[in-house]
Order: sequence, then C-alpha cells, then structure tokens
Amino acid sequence: MFKHILYCCVLIIACHSENKPDHFGFGRAATQQEIAAVPAAIPPDGTGLPPGQGTVSEGSVCYAAKCASCHGNTGTEGPFNVLVAPDTANAIPFDQTVFRVKAIGNYWPYATTVFDYIRRAMPFNAPGSLTDQEVYSITAWLLYRNQLINENFVINAHTLPTVVMPARSKYVVSDN
Amino acid sequence: MQEQLSRRKLLLGGAMTAAVVLVKSAFGKMVQTGIPASTMDPTKVQGPLPGPLGSRSPFEQPQRKFSLTSSQTPLQDLFGTITPSDLHFERHHAGVPAIDPNTYELMIHGMVERPTIFSLHDLKRFPAVTRTCFIECSGNFRKPDKETITPQEICGLTSQSEWTGVMLSTIFREVGIAPKATWFLAEGGDAAMMTRSIPVSKGLDDAMIVYAQNGEAIRPQQGYPARLLLPGWEGNTSIKWLRRIEVADAPFMTREETSKYTEPVKDGKIRQFSFTMDARSVITYPAYPVQVEKGWIEIQGIAWSGHGKIAKVEISTDGGKHWYPARLQEPVFDKAHTRFRYLWQWNGQSTEIMSRAIDDTGYIQPFLKQIIADRGIGTGYHLNPVTSWQIRRDGQVLYQPEKWI
Repeated sequence: MFKHILYCCVLIIACHSENKPDHFGFGRAATQQEIAAVPAAIPPDGTGLPPGQGTVSEGSVCYAAKCASCHGNTGTEGPFNVLVAPDTANAIPFDQTVFRVKAIGNYWPYATTVFDYIRRAMPFNAPGSLTDQEVYSITAWLLYRNQLINENFVINAHTLPTVVMPARSKYVVSDN
Repeated sequence: MQEQLSRRKLLLGGAMTAAVVLVKSAFGKMVQTGIPASTMDPTKVQGPLPGPLGSRSPFEQPQRKFSLTSSQTPLQDLFGTITPSDLHFERHHAGVPAIDPNTYELMIHGMVERPTIFSLHDLKRFPAVTRTCFIECSGNFRKPDKETITPQEICGLTSQSEWTGVMLSTIFREVGIAPKATWFLAEGGDAAMMTRSIPVSKGLDDAMIVYAQNGEAIRPQQGYPARLLLPGWEGNTSIKWLRRIEVADAPFMTREETSKYTEPVKDGKIRQFSFTMDARSVITYPAYPVQVEKGWIEIQGIAWSGHGKIAKVEISTDGGKHWYPARLQEPVFDKAHTRFRYLWQWNGQSTEIMSRAIDDTGYIQPFLKQIIADRGIGTGYHLNPVTSWQIRRDGQVLYQPEKWI
C-alpha cells in the first residue's frame, strides 16, 4: 500500500514538472557572410572600421553638399543639432549653466562614435547613402572644425581611435 | 448574410439618426451607421449591429499631444493603469519603419557559441511570458514656466502596457553566450538604426523580447513586430524594431549613450549609463484644466518606480506642510504604474496639492530644488520632481510652476 502511494506521488510529480531543454533548436545558424554583411557598430578601439580614409578638404566639400542644410555652413548654425562646439571642454562646467551648447568638441567622449553615427543614420533624408570614404571625410572635417585634429590629419581605421576627445575625462558611470 | 445585410439597411433606414457615417461592414461593403443624437432616447431606437472592430464612443476623444519627434500620453484622461495602445507615447529618431513580419529577422552574434537568426515565428515558439510594466522616456520632464499646463504636457512620455514575449535569458541560453560577455548591443531596424549597449546582467535578469502589447501584436509605433523590453529602464534602451543583438565584453559607446541620454552632474562631470528610472508620481485629477467644486474630491494619479514596487504615495493638501498616505490600487506590480487615490474634503480655500512616491527601496521622490542642488542647474534627463497643483478659490486648478534657476 505504501509502495503504491509512493508510486502515485512520483507519478504526480513527474506529470507536473515541466521539461525544459538546454537548447530548443529554434532559428537557423547565421553564416559568416550574413554577419559580415551587417555594418558593424564601432567601439572606441575602432574594431570593425572599414578600409579607406578621408581628409578634411574632401570632408569640407561633402559636408557642404550633404550636411550643411540641417546643421549650418560651419556646423554651429543649426537649425538641427549643433555639431561644432563654440567653446572648449574647459569652458564653464556643464552642470553650472543651462545655456552651454553640447557638441562634438566639448561633449562627445569618443571620436569613433562620430563615424559610427554618421554611417548608420545620416544624412537624415537618406540614411546609409554615404560611402565609407565620405563618412571618413565628413568625420575628419567635423573633428577639424572642433579643433581636435589639424588640417592635414587623415582619418582612417588606425588614426580615428587615437583622436583625443577632451570630454572623455569628464564621463562617470552612474551607480544607478 | 444577404438577409442580415438587408436587415441592417432596413433598421438603419428606419432609425432617426443625428449623423450618418459610412463604415466598411464585415462583408466588405460600405454601409451607413448612425450616431444617435444625445437628445434621442436610446431605449426607443435600435443601435448599430455588431461589427469587426470596436470603437470609442464619439463622446470620448482622448488624444496624444505630438511634435516632430514625440507624442505624449493624455495621462489626465486615463483610468486604472493600462495605457490604451493607440495612446501609448512615442519617441523615435527617424520615424516608424514599415516591417513585414514575414521577412523580419533578428540576428544574434558576437560572443556566442551559436550565432543565430530568428524569424518572428521562431521567437513565438519559445516559452512565453506576460508582464505589465511602464516604459518611460528619460527625457520625460518639461521645464514648465506657465500655470496652464496639463499632466500630459508635464510627463506624458510614460505609458504602461501588458507585454508578451520571450525572456532574453531564454534566448541567451539558446545561443550560448560566452561566460566573459558583459555587454550587448541592441540595434533597431528603423532609419536611425538606433543602438544602445546594455549590460548582460540586465539581459539575464528581466529583459524580454516582446511581440505583443495589451493582448495583440505590438503597434508599429511601439516596435512592431518585436522589440526589446527592459523593465524599469529608460525607454531609449528598450530598442524597438529589434533586428540585431551583438554580445561583447565592453560597451560600444553609441551616439545615444554618449552625446544623448547622459546628464551633466556636479563638478563638471557627465553621468553615463543612468539606466534606472527613479520613483515618481503625478496627480492626474484634479489637474489643469479642470475646475472643482467645494466638498469631497477624490485626488488621484499614478506613481511608478524603475527600482521595484511603489510602497507608498503620500499626499499633501496644504502645500507640503503635512503628508498623508494615499490608497494604492492592488495589485501593485513591480516597475509598474500604480494608481493612487486620496479622499479629500476641500473647504473652498485656496491651497496647493501635491503627491510624492516612495518605492520599496525606501527612495522618496524629490523636489526639483533637491535634484538641482544635487546635480547642478545644467543637468538634464532623469528629472522626476514632485509636481504640485494650485487650487484657486473659484475651483480653478493650475500647475504650480517650479523655479529652475
């Protein structure tokens, strides 16, 4: 009798416990080609930056043609996001004023972000339409205008991560 | 069917209607449907017959308030805690993409054993979970400098839905994420290809990939056909139209987590990865533009916290001198809008009413001056101050503007 009750208990437990596999096997394997076809998100060390390069002078032409209508001829006028900082990273601290404009030169902590964002989302009316060389060139022009590189500095996969961004040292991670 | 159609015609033809509109019937034909005039006795006239979709009463017209980049939920028009899907706030950076669910794919790669592509059908085959929580934009505060402003305009970038999908931890187990992985990139399939870096710990805790909202497929404005859902975290991290997850061992420092969604704090610092939404509350009744009468008033509103459950909401009806506990509507969910109510007998004198939320970590919703003292006047994002309303002698309710500087 006891044995019988025990058997029933085991049976009930077995029936009520849900089996869960380690692996469902849903989905299909992503091939190396499929992964490579996706434009990489570029981290601060520059991993995934494509071949090619850009110069300030090429960027000047490209910016005027594809960016200036939204961001202004010199990057300071708008009407949309101001890209060129009107001051340096050591102007009056951001926490002490409501008027200070945040732009690449005084607020952005990594130069790689400039390339990544332009490539993925700009120009606003034709995202993804720029060649890698155009993106490198516009990045170079913006960094130059923000006084972060000199006029002859060439931007490519090796040089972009080396550009020193003054705001970098201001960043702290929230303790949430 | 034919018989039913003719019956409908007959009925409508014989009914007195104040207005007639054309609607598409279940049979694909345009038929007239009447909107009864308010002066008519509805017990003396047949109403419209059942149809494929319901609709709001023509007397109810809640609307989002929208700009080029966002739309705000009309908090003052809502009851309970669920936001009707068509009133859910929107914030997106390049419009709403049109994605075909039949060709939709989610790729997961990087530090995983098995880089995988999931179709929507694949995602739906995994064990599903349903939970109710809020999504709030971390920019959900306008610096109001006028009295004539509604709860919607002050903080309408928060909404709540019942979401259904698969736990991200299930997906991570499926693809086998590397033990050394600490961050992952989530990328949207919109024209901004929105990206955010998220700690793997959140992914293993309560993150979900959701495909349903309030019992049906997610709306395009909320991420159709599938989005990331990070309960309690700033809305921008719950990437909509999720198309790619890349598992890594460091954050990618995307534009949205550096130049945006960061806030200046004391000593010239810039605070980054402020993920959690702190506790907040707002009185949604009485609030501008209503006018109240002397006597009993049930003050009500919503409170929420990204850290956990709302433990308490306190009400002051004398400008902050005394505080009394409001009733919380059960059940109180984790990281969710919670309805509070407080019965008050107004004596007709001018006063100021306000609410403050306290969550189960003991955190107390601050006043604006406390936030500014803590972070500096140049701060932004994650602003959750106590909101107060003036009650004038004539019953008019007006926002009490806060001095920023």
